[in-house]
Amino acid sequence: MEVIVKNISKSYDKKKVLALSDISFEVNSGELFGLIGPDGAGKTSLFRILATLLLPDEGSASLHGFDVVKSYKQIRKLLGYMPGKFSLYQDLTIEENLDFFATLFNTTIKENYDLIKDIYVQIEPFKNRRAGQLSGGMKQKLALCCALIHRPTILLLDEPTTGVDAVSRKEFWEMLKNLKKQGITILVSTPYMDEAMLCERIALIQNGSIMSIDTPQGIIDKYPYPLFAARADNMGKLLKDLRSSSLISSCNTFGDYHHICFVNDTYAKDIPDLKQDMIQLGNQNIEIKPIEPTIEDCFIQLMQK
Amino acid sequence: MIFLMPIIQLLILPMAADYEIKNINISIVDHDHSSYSRELTHKIISSGYFVLNDYGQDYQSAFKNFEKDQSDIILEIPHDFEKNIGKLSASSLLVSTNAINGVKAGVGSAYLMQIISNYNQKIRQKWLHYNGQEIKEGMHVESRFWYNKYMKYTFFMVPGILGILVTMVGVYMCSLNIVKEKEIGTIEQINVTPIKKQYFILGKLIPFWLIGIFVFSVGLFVVARGIYGIIPIGSYFPLYAFLAIYLVAALGIGLLISTYSSTQQQSMSLTFFLMMIFILMSGLFTPIESMPEWAQFITKLNPVTYFIDVMRRVILKGSTIHELQFDFIVVSIMAAFFNIWAVLNYKKTN
Repeated sequence: MEVIVKNISKSYDKKKVLALSDISFEVNSGELFGLIGPDGAGKTSLFRILATLLLPDEGSASLHGFDVVKSYKQIRKLLGYMPGKFSLYQDLTIEENLDFFATLFNTTIKENYDLIKDIYVQIEPFKNRRAGQLSGGMKQKLALCCALIHRPTILLLDEPTTGVDAVSRKEFWEMLKNLKKQGITILVSTPYMDEAMLCERIALIQNGSIMSIDTPQGIIDKYPYPLFAARADNMGKLLKDLRSSSLISSCNTFGDYHHICFVNDTYAKDIPDLKQDMIQLGNQNIEIKPIEPTIEDCFIQLMQK
Repeated sequence: MIFLMPIIQLLILPMAADYEIKNINISIVDHDHSSYSRELTHKIISSGYFVLNDYGQDYQSAFKNFEKDQSDIILEIPHDFEKNIGKLSASSLLVSTNAINGVKAGVGSAYLMQIISNYNQKIRQKWLHYNGQEIKEGMHVESRFWYNKYMKYTFFMVPGILGILVTMVGVYMCSLNIVKEKEIGTIEQINVTPIKKQYFILGKLIPFWLIGIFVFSVGLFVVARGIYGIIPIGSYFPLYAFLAIYLVAALGIGLLISTYSSTQQQSMSLTFFLMMIFILMSGLFTPIESMPEWAQFITKLNPVTYFIDVMRRVILKGSTIHELQFDFIVVSIMAAFFNIWAVLNYKKTN
């Protein structure tokens, strides 16, 4: 086990704000592990504990066999940490930043160039530009380069794709897949549920506790009810009507559709009944079809439990 | 900016922070209009310290000028001034002073008293001589100013202000720089590296230490020597030896402030608070000996006090390291104290 987290709890403001409560999970060597949860779920606190920047109130965690509290010195040598907030020197150029962090780890850009090459070539044309003047996507690439420059065995990426455009996000995940091939264990946190599918295993976190840990498909398979998507001309009215229907146990909006679950198992009979009810209430062009749940469906279902 | 600002301050401040009181506006109310009263008036004006604001016979109108803040001092000469002097009897003059500016009032009236008493002496001698009496030589005091012969205030102020500036560079720059890293978050990125906190702190202090020495050198050679013509009587060695230790203490204070503040505003207000105390309780403007005892105690804890003391003694008096050893010891202790405290308080982990 590359990363072991055991019963970690952390609170701020003299125990008034509980950030993490009794968190436990394990990450295999060379795994791409995702921590999925909304803002304020406790992702950053957990990452800061793993990065030896924050001390847990209770519990223990170890990276590569080193305890985060006792052996923080060894961890700092083998860990690559990329904070959610861009925190490189804005008044240094791309090259200077990279060179600076390489020096801090007693290495050189040349020595580990092969590891960052694929990423670095994309920002190399701007290597004499100051980091503060880069676009969001380029900043992320530079930060990733700096986190990789000492060839870490474990990479912690705290919300690397927050505030980055869709194209750059996609590119970023491609880069992570390539890094995984090099045998680096990667922990990544994100509030975007669609990115969960790109991880090997994920933990869903909410209000400081983990709700479920599995492969993305495993989490979807665990979804307890058959799920249906419904739409009509007036989606707002449909939502209200569906929620007041006695046949429906839950109804949430996802893009163009409302995702619904039924109270009973008798869908074959319930679907025409529901359609009939909705038409009577004045909804037009009603469509109801069975669908595969997404991670977000699972998340909401777990949250409501 | 780091270099230019202190130099500009050094050019402006000593000129402005001048205790020599000149241009005291005087109103003279002369009820006598005799040759003696005119002679006295003439003596006062020609002393160079006073500017005659108005000369009249009416105390009320002179007092109005007083109220309008046009004159600082009123001298009233009674109408039997000459007659009384002739009779060798007492004659009284009234001096009223506008004491809103205490320093100006005190110094102004002292100057005036001195001029009047000199004049008084002279007349007495003249009259006694006429009467054929022996002239008794009164006690005569001659003062001589050591170490700053001509009592030039710039000689006194420039070394002191230079001391303040070096302190500002050390404390402000150092504390702001580290707190800025906290604000931007770059310190997080440094904290996860294996670099030891001692090295990180040294890496922060050494550039500012060098900047401090550079600013001091420019101030000492270019401004003090080139513009004010101040050439240290002592050697440069004790100055630089002391500066080297002193800067470590100043940077230690900056570092300490930065470990206690998380935003630049916090560190700015903390630094400003300390700088005010450092400046006003360092003996730069007011002599420490005239402060109340509790204040004197605070000045002893103020590193700037020692720096200004050493600067003035080396530059004006030519003191050697041996004579300054007390200052060296105290500042060395301060340097060690502040830095150890700061390093202990600086944590890479929360």
